[in-house]
Amino acid sequence: MRTALVRHEIDPAGLLAEVTRAANGAAVLFVGTVREVNDGRAVTGIEYTAYEEMAARELEAIARDAAATHDTEDIVVEHRLGTLALTEASVAIAVAHPRRAAAYEASRSIIEEIKRRVPIWKLEHYEDGSREWVNAGTGASR
Amino acid sequence: MEVTVLLFASYADALGCSSTTVTLPPGATAGDALSAIRRMPGAERLPVAPMLAVNEEYARPGHALSSGDRLAVIPPVAGG
Repeated sequence: MRTALVRHEIDPAGLLAEVTRAANGAAVLFVGTVREVNDGRAVTGIEYTAYEEMAARELEAIARDAAATHDTEDIVVEHRLGTLALTEASVAIAVAHPRRAAAYEASRSIIEEIKRRVPIWKLEHYEDGSREWVNAGTGASR
Repeated sequence: MEVTVLLFASYADALGCSSTTVTLPPGATAGDALSAIRRMPGAERLPVAPMLAVNEEYARPGHALSSGDRLAVIPPVAGG
């Protein structure tokens, strides 16, 4: 198991290679990428920032929970920080398991938990030159 | 006692800083630290009940603080 916040380009194939073992019959690779339109606005890039100490801890806790729940140590998660262009990978999750159902479930639970509780924020850059924090209008308590 | 308050993303923009120090009486809670922050200019842009973390762990407003703690006011997260 390995988790990291990175400032370099994510290499999804490298993550997949890390979890590949003969004991596993299934590997699931999820890659989140920067999309060109959000809420109807043309996006040109996204700047990712984090409360880094806490984000690193939460990311590790999420992977550890998934490892315990699904009984596999073959989990690697990287989340990118910094300014990303369209199509660049912001997050990649590789999970391998003897069985596909568990690999899919673990992968899904990890991305959903990341979105729910890892303190990372997106500043979207738009085609018209403006910038806005994503979700900033919804200050609801967790 | 002194507590460091950390602000991020839209909250840092609203208050014009990413960290500050507040002085609180012994026994003060995370909520008390937040109340101190609410007296700063721009704090009217904070929501009624923002998420809080103490020393890198999510915490409730009633969480008792110790001198030197780091209280983070966490905007809605948007990772992934």
